[in-house]
Order: sequence, then structure tokens, then C-alpha cells
Amino acid sequence: MLELVNITKQYAGAPLLHDISLTIHAGEIVSLLGPSGSGKTTLLRIIAGLEQPEQGEVIFEGRHLRDVPPHRRGIGMMFQDLALFPHKNVFENVAFGLRMQGLARAEIRARVHETLTLVGLAGFAERDVNNLSGGEQQRVALARALAPRPRLLMFDEPLGALDRLLREQLVTELRAILKRIGMTALYVTHDQDEAFAMADRVAILHATRIVQLGTPAEIYRAPANTFVAQFLGLTNLFPARQRDDGTVETGLGEFALPPTGHPGGPSVYALIRPERVRISTTGIAAQVEECVFRAGKYRARVLTAQGARMTIETENALALGATIHLHIQTIELIQE
Amino acid sequence: MRYFLYALPIVFLVTFYFYPLGAILQTSFARENARAVAEVFTDPYYARVLVFTIGQATLSTLLTVLIALPAAYIFARYDFRGAALLRAMTTLPFVMPTIVVATAFSALLGPRGSINLALMQLFQLEQPPLRIMHTLTIILLAHIFYNFTVVLRIVGGFWSNLDPQLEHAARVLGATRARAFWHITLPLLAPALLAAALLVFIFNFTSFGIILILGGARLATLEVEIYRQTVNLFNLPVAATLSLIQLICTFALTLIYTRLQARLARPLRLRPQTTVRRPLARAREKIVVALYLAAMVLFLMTPLVSIVVASFEDGGSYYAELFINRRDSIMYVPPIEAVRNSLFFASATVILAASLGLIAAYSLEQRQHSRMSVPVRLLDAVYMLPLGTSAVTLGFGFILALGGWRASIALVILAHTLVAFPFVVRAILPIVRSIAPRLREAAQMLGASPERVWREIDLPIVTRALLVGAVFAFTVSMGEFGATMLVARPDLPTIPMAIYRVLAQPGLANFGQALALSTILMGVTALGILAVERLRVGEAEF
Repeated sequence: MLELVNITKQYAGAPLLHDISLTIHAGEIVSLLGPSGSGKTTLLRIIAGLEQPEQGEVIFEGRHLRDVPPHRRGIGMMFQDLALFPHKNVFENVAFGLRMQGLARAEIRARVHETLTLVGLAGFAERDVNNLSGGEQQRVALARALAPRPRLLMFDEPLGALDRLLREQLVTELRAILKRIGMTALYVTHDQDEAFAMADRVAILHATRIVQLGTPAEIYRAPANTFVAQFLGLTNLFPARQRDDGTVETGLGEFALPPTGHPGGPSVYALIRPERVRISTTGIAAQVEECVFRAGKYRARVLTAQGARMTIETENALALGATIHLHIQTIELIQE
Repeated sequence: MRYFLYALPIVFLVTFYFYPLGAILQTSFARENARAVAEVFTDPYYARVLVFTIGQATLSTLLTVLIALPAAYIFARYDFRGAALLRAMTTLPFVMPTIVVATAFSALLGPRGSINLALMQLFQLEQPPLRIMHTLTIILLAHIFYNFTVVLRIVGGFWSNLDPQLEHAARVLGATRARAFWHITLPLLAPALLAAALLVFIFNFTSFGIILILGGARLATLEVEIYRQTVNLFNLPVAATLSLIQLICTFALTLIYTRLQARLARPLRLRPQTTVRRPLARAREKIVVALYLAAMVLFLMTPLVSIVVASFEDGGSYYAELFINRRDSIMYVPPIEAVRNSLFFASATVILAASLGLIAAYSLEQRQHSRMSVPVRLLDAVYMLPLGTSAVTLGFGFILALGGWRASIALVILAHTLVAFPFVVRAILPIVRSIAPRLREAAQMLGASPERVWREIDLPIVTRALLVGAVFAFTVSMGEFGATMLVARPDLPTIPMAIYRVLAQPGLANFGQALALSTILMGVTALGILAVERLRVGEAEF
């Protein structure tokens, strides 16, 4: 439905986006995930037509968009700062796009109320947008973007300003709404939890490129490189070397080559997931440096005899300074 | 075309601001005026004027800060019913024309004032017992009355965002209430206090109408002296030199004020006001706050109310008198014509100031990080200059530079436009800037063409701001006194001029007319301010 072909964009003389290609299918929600400054918003603005790429094409429903101005693209967008029109009330804000389409009064009225009900703001039509709570303003902005029924709806970190609890609740709700009406959506965020909860597929943007594209489960099970792994909070990464005899050499010792996923190349890393480490009577000696209770389990940071730090999960609390032995069940290999 | 338009406000300022200031400079430094100018520095009379100017301003400022500080605290920290209304009420004296304030204090405390009349009746006295007219006391009272809200707004505004936890932390660490205030709150409040005090000082330093009317013939500030030297003695070199001294002082003070204001903007981990306010709890607290607020309302409202009440004393005959052209009247026209003149000047000022202000605001709109940001910031400062220049100086500069136009009514309109222009720019600019590029983009994304975006987003938002600016210009013009006194034609007096003239005349009938005219001016001003408050989007700022 939406196809990005080799999009390249510079910012202040330095490359910001390089050769970005991405396809979004009808009815799909794709998250664009990346740290701030990675060019996510710029990519969104290029699709919207608010900025022009130096190279590359945006193809939307088979049509090249290069010469189509933003207001003729039929793409909706929800801005980070919401950009609610301060001089219009809730009804007028939501009705704006419908009026631009030249719809009849009665139909506009019906569609606005229908959309407000959809986002849970029935009865808010006559309210002043400046006097709404943060969450309510988000919903107005969503309703305003949904009302003209765009064929693609883009979100630029729309929940960034809200506190965590409200954000989690709104993400679930937003996904439900989008799925109910079968909307195709592109959702930009720097928050991994938000992206995973929202999207059918996630594209991770790093250093001008999309470094990984896949379903949340695919990405979590097989991060493409150390950047993605760290971004997901998987920090037990150790330089590794593949031997010809089918073993892997790391600073923590030798391991058997994992059954799947053998990236080639000179610099590979061993990823050790905390849940893959058991405490045993023999094995790698390590000293407990820190132990905190988090999400139903204890998370401990340990320093191994080889001088490597790693994070492990345990059922029981570990005494600080105690020496324990670790048995690493499996490792995975990923690219740097 | 666009740049031609952008040049208009600059041309206006160069012709009607910088050129007149240049004329003042030239007159003061001209060789043939050297003797007259030297007089300013040798005659002890002028030293006394300067000392009085600074002295009364300092005293007024200190008293204003002291008296308004509790109000700042109460409105910042306590949540009580009617707080918003009371706070809005305190602005009334400040937005009133100084001539109205002066009349109000005459009407209340003068020999023919309501308090004296009441005391005379009560105790069967022949003479008015309260004789503070033409003394420092009544000037101080009027200045405190006028500037009370400035301290309340600046200090209170800052205070209401100050995290009370800082003071609580000090208390927990063992400080008494007094020590916590002295060591924690006061130092944090200091920049706001200083800024407020400085602004009040500037207003008092250039005080004109209040001193002219309440101070009588013996007391004069620099501002009043410039006026007298020009109008009564026609001693232009001395007036020019005094203007120059005053200009240097006000510019220096304004510069310090802007610096301070920039420092105030520094984030201090401020908190939203609602989390800071709490309801009045203990009975003692309630009584003290209620007593203070009652005294505040009495002090700020009685003078204004007494004008209105006294103006109707004679069953409306004072108003009827306004329409009559008495042979022995000094005006040769019925006083009501002043109302017509003022309305005419104000309308012309609105058109001129609003157009120039709109153009100036759009020329300053450029985004902060653009290549043009330095020139734009400079221009912004230049546009604000008339604000830091006293009205009498502006009028005096007009006489020197544009003396040939003396008979023209254009001078009044131009002077009023000059005074109103910075207000209009300040009313429009933040709004023009607030139309974030995002709003335009959002409209575009919803299917609005560029023309449609301008019509739906820019136009309605700017129109509102322009209306605010226009009403500002209107009220400023209606109440303008200092510059008008110098440049207006005697046969075309404005309302403030007419009030001044009838006040100077003996007899109860004349005083009554002053009251009636003041009531009219007060009503017009109050309506204007009400309209501004209604139209304004977002928070008011100083």
C-alpha cells in the first residue's frame, strides 16, 4: 500500500536517512522505532510531503507522490505536540478535515459524533480544547486525524508527553481502535515497549538505516545486531570468535555453536539471555555486586572471575559479595 | 512589496521617534544654548528637582513593595473563593489614566473631597481638617494605589510557581518559619522583587499627571519640570537638557529591568500553581487574610468609587453642565466636545497603531533559529523603545522637531500612535509566533490548501490578537496625558486635558465637571480593558 524506495535525506550536511526502503501493507500497523535524532520524524514528514527527500520515491497506492502536495495525499497525521487548533472547540477541530472534503453539514455532524464516540469523548463536542486534560487532548487529536478516514494514518510520538501508566493504557486502546476500523498506520516512537505493544511489525532505525524489520516476537527472539539487543535491554554481550571445529570462543570460555543463526563476518558477539543462566555448584565463578527485586524475580549483576559483568535472573535473593557459580545453558551469536 | 511593508514601522520610528530625540540632543548641545544649559548644573533649584524626583520615586517604590508583598503571598499560596475576581480588581487602578487617579485622590482626600466634607459635617468644622493636598503624602498614596498590582502580579506570579517544598525542606532541617523565609524564600524571590521594584521605580520616576495635579506648584519631578520649562517658560534648552538627563536614567533602568526579566525566566524547578495553593485552614489565618484583603479592597476601590459617587452628587447636573458652553468658560467650547475629540483621536490612533503594529509583528515573526535572528531581536528591542521613553519627553521632542506642524491635529494622533505602538506589537507578536508551524502543517494534513490554511488558521487567530491590540491602542489614546499636554491644540482638548483644565478652576461646578469627565473616561477605559480580557487568548504577561 505504501512503499518507500531508497529514501535518502541529509540534515545540516550530514546524512540522516540513507537508502531507506520499506513496504507497509493495507490494514497493517508498523512501528518505526529508534533513539531520538535517528530521523524517524523526518521520514514521517517525507511521507506526509512536508519535507522532500534528496533521493528516493514515496509510492502510495501505486501512485508516485513526489509532486503531490501534502493536502492532496490523503494521509492523516497525529503530531507530537498534537497541534490542536486553539481557536476552535472540540467539534470544530474534529470537523476540520471533513469540511476540507466539502461534506454536507449533516454528514459532518454525524461523522464527528461517531468519531468522538469511537475515541471515548462522546459529549465533549462543545468543550474548549485548551481546557482539556492531556489524555483528553490526545483523544481529540486522534479523533481529528481519524474523522476524514485517511487511507494511512501516521503518528509522531503522540504519547510522549504522558506518564507511563496512562501511556500504556492509551497504547492498548489506540491499537484496538485502529484494528476495529482496519486502519493502516505508521507509528513513530523511541519507546521499545510502546512500539512492541502497538505494532504488527517493527522497523528499527539506527545510524541512517533500518537495521531490522520484523514482528515484535521475531525481533525479540533474534535481534539483528548488538545495537538492537541493547535497545531491547539485552546487555549480556561478549565478543566472540567462531572456530572451525564448531565451537565458539569467548572471554567466558568455550561454548557449543548454537543450532540456529550463524552470522558470518569477523566481529560476532555472544548474547547471553539472563533466563539462560543457572546457578550451580560448579561452573564460572562470579561475585554478586548488586541484587534487586524486579517484576517477580531477582535481577543480579555479577562480576565473573574473568572480569566480565553480566546480569542474571534468580528465584531467590543473593547476598552481596557472595561467590556463586554460573552455568550458561545456551548462547546466541549476533553481529556487531 | 513585503519588504516595503516591513520598512514602514521603521520609517515611522525614525521620523517620529529618533528624529525628535535627535532634536532634543541637538538643542541641548547647541553652542548658542550653552549658558542656559549650564544653568541646569549650577542652579541648586534643578538639583532639588532631581533629588525630589529620585526621593519620591524611591519612597513610593519601597512602600508599594512593602504593602503589596502580603498580597503577593496571599494570592500565591492560598486558595479561596473570589481570589480571581479580587486579583483582577487590583489591576483597575493601574489601567486607569493617571489623570483619573489624580482626580480620584482629589475627590477623596482634597479640600473638597468626600472625606473632608464628611468630617466637616460630622464635627461642624469651618475648614477641611485633612490638609494633605499638594504634599508628598498624597503623592505617595496615589503612587502606591497605582502600582500595587505591578508588585502583586510580578512577585505573586513568581511566588505562586515557587516550590513550597523548598521551604518545607528548610523547616524539616530545623529552620524556624522566619528563618526559612529569610534564607530560602527571600533569596529565591529576590530577582522577582527587584524586577517589580525597578519597574515601579521607573513609573514613579517619570510620574507626570499625579505630580502635576496632586503636587501643586511647589513640587516637581523632572517630568513636570520639563513640561513647565516648555509650556510656561518656553525655556527649550533647559527642557532639552532635563529631558536628556531623564532619558539616560530611564534607558539605564529599563536595560537593567530587561536583564533581570531574562534572569527571571531561568528555570527554578517551578511547579504548577494548583499544587502550590492550599485553602485557608486555621481561624487566625482566616482572620488575618480577611482583614488584609478588606483593607486592600478599601484602599484600591474607594478613590475610584468616590469619583463616581461624587460626580452624581448634584443629581446629574455636573453631566448636564458638560453640554453647556458658558461665556466665562476657559474652553470656549462645551466640555463634552473633549469627549468627541478624544474619540476621534483614539479612532485615528487605533487605525494607525494597529496597522503599523501588525506589520511590525509579522516582520518580527521569523523563527528564532533562522539566519535573521540577531537583526530581528535587535529590531524587537528598537520597537519597544518608545515604552521606555517618558510621554512628556516624546511630546517635547515633537515640539522641537516637528514644530512646523504645531497647528496640525496629526501631532496628537502621531504621539498617541507612538505611545500605543509597543503595546500593539506586544499584543500581536506572541500570537503570531504561537501559530506554530505545526498548526499550519496539521491543517495541511487534514486536506487544507495553503490558501485555506491562511484563512482557517492565521486569519482568525491574528484577528483576535489584532483586536486586542486595537483596544489597547484605543484605551492608551483615550487616557494619554503627558504628550498630549504638549502637542494638542488648545481649541481641540482631549478628555484628560479638559479634566486638567476644569480641575485648575475654582468652584464646585468646575470640580463637578472634572468628576463627570473622569467618570466617563473611567467607564470607557474599564470597558476597553474588559474587552481585552475577553478577547485575549492565553495568559496575560507583563
